[in-house]
Order: sequence, then structure tokens, then C-alpha cells
Amino acid sequence: MKRRLLLVIPLLVFIALAGLLYRGLSLDPSARDSALLARDFPAFSLSSLENPGASYDASLFKGEVTLVNVWGEWCPTCKQEMPQLLDLADRGVRLVGVDYKDSREKGRAFLEEFGNPFEVNLFDPEGELGFELGVYGAPETFLVDANGVIRYHHTGYITPEDVTETIMPEVRKWQ
Amino acid sequence: MAIRRLGLPAFSRHGTATLRVSFVFSILFSLALSLLAGLAANQAQAAVEVRDFDSPVTAERYRSLTDGLRCPKCENQAIGDSDSPVAKDMRERVAALLREGRSDREIQDFMVARFGDYVLYNPRLEDRTLLLWGLPAALVLLGGVLVALIVRRRRRASARALSAEERARLDALVNRHSDASGDH
Repeated sequence: MKRRLLLVIPLLVFIALAGLLYRGLSLDPSARDSALLARDFPAFSLSSLENPGASYDASLFKGEVTLVNVWGEWCPTCKQEMPQLLDLADRGVRLVGVDYKDSREKGRAFLEEFGNPFEVNLFDPEGELGFELGVYGAPETFLVDANGVIRYHHTGYITPEDVTETIMPEVRKWQ
Repeated sequence: MAIRRLGLPAFSRHGTATLRVSFVFSILFSLALSLLAGLAANQAQAAVEVRDFDSPVTAERYRSLTDGLRCPKCENQAIGDSDSPVAKDMRERVAALLREGRSDREIQDFMVARFGDYVLYNPRLEDRTLLLWGLPAALVLLGGVLVALIVRRRRRASARALSAEERARLDALVNRHSDASGDH
């Protein structure tokens, strides 16, 4: 009887392995958590896109939950996700934009054409802040809590469903 | 031998000689091809950008660092041979940090702090990666123990001597058989 039970072990191992691999099929290989989760928003000193004279640093994020969106005029997906960002602004979320690896003219033209849901747009032409944030492609979105700590990271396109199902709950969680 | 097994007509002495020559030629040809491919790969890497370091040691460290860091954008390329903009930024930063005199470990830590463990092709041995590093060794060990147990059990079973009673019964059976055959 004991020997009979031993014979079932290979079958069990096979089922476990098949289950594991089947789960792997539906995972997104490019999805991973940001290394900055639960860390302070990195230090920076950048001017505003609209106003080159105005300079900002990380104290911009103290006191209020803020959604930071990294965008660029050269990024087609950023254009597609603007309606969702405008929607988030309408829902009362404070948004700060990072105009990543762009020129002032193109960045401003982008906001004129697609709307401006951002309270402030940080101008990051060399991608310095983007590098500190571990950004490897726009759009990327970070949720920063009232203490300036990064709490949530979204890579790529924000769908209308993401707004209601993921981002709004995260915003409320940290408010 | 091999030729006959393939069902080809048997070759004369002369034929085998030509075959041998063409074999040598094909080996030389593939060697030349792989050499060319290697040259092309070197050139592709050089085409990324040329960096000057004050010592060949630093240049070698730059090469090994950029080969060991994975591009966050392109899943299966090192930053050393990726055209993606983020890989270029990372290479620049590696070069800058090397010129500042930072150690390899510091440079890797710098990248991990921004882009995550993902960028290390060679994951570090930490609490979180114990399973990753330990599982293969543990499985080999488990297999070895199982094999040893099975071998020991079999050896013990076959080597166990018969008791006096068993021996007597066996003798009786053998004798009865030979007696029976002797009768016929």
C-alpha cells in the first residue's frame, strides 16, 4: 500500500509543475515593482516647463497625495492617456507632470493640444529626474503620499479601467 | 562505416580522400564564418559608442559592468549591446561613476537602487534569493540521498543470508527435485 502511494508522487510533481507553468503563461514578463516603492521621492532641482524662472525640489510633494506622470511630446502613448489624466484631475487628484527628454517648445505645444491636468510640469530635458526614478520609457506614473514617499508605480498606458479600478483606490488609500 | 550506414554507395580509396578534403574544407569554412561573425559583433559593440578610460583595467571593468547589467526596457539584452535610450543613459552613468573611482559593487548598487534587482544578470545571494540559489543544490542533494537509500536497501536485501531453517527447506526442495528427475 505504501509503495502504491509512492507511485503517485511523480504525478503530483507533474501537476504542480504544470500549474506553475500555466500561471506563468498569463504573467506579463515586463511587469515588475519599482525599486523606489516605500522610498522617498528622489531629490531634484528642476525648473517649470511653462516658467523657466520657477524652480522646484522634492518639497513639492510634502503635504498632499500627488500623482506624478512622466511624459514627453515624443511619446504616442502619453497622448492616448491624457483623457484619463484629465479625468483624474477632475476627480480631485493633484497631478504633477515630468516633461521627460523634451524641448520646451514641444512640451508646451503638447499641453496646448491635449490639455493640461498638471498643477506643475517639471522640465527634465536630460532625463536626470527620470533616471533617478528608474524610468525606462514613458509614460510612467508614480503615486507619492503626503510625506513625499513613493507608494505606487504604474508602467505604461493608463486605461480608463485603471483609473477607477486601481489608481483611485490607491489614491484614497494614502490620502 | 558511417557512409555505408547512411546508405551511400561505398567510396573508392580516391573517393574517400576527396571526401576527407571537403570535410577539412567545410571545417575551415565554418571557422572563417564564425570568425567573421565575431568581428561583426565586435564592431556592433564598438558602434554603440567609443569611450576612453585612463587605464585598460578601467576599460575592462566598464566592459564587464555593462555586460552584466540588464537593460530595463529590452528584456534580454545587456546595456552593453542595447540601442535603447535608457541603456545609453545607464552606460553613460557607469562610465561617469568609474571615472569618479567608484567600485563595481557601488555602481551595481547605484543601478539596483533605481531600476531594481532586475538589472543584475547575476542575482546576489541574499535572504530573498536563497530559494533561487539553494533549490538546485538542494534537489541534487535530495536526489543523491534517494539514490543512496535505494542502493543500500537493494544491497541489504540481496546480501541477507538464509536462516538455518530456510537453508534446510531449500535443500529439501532441491533434493526432492533431483530425486524425482532421477526416477525417470
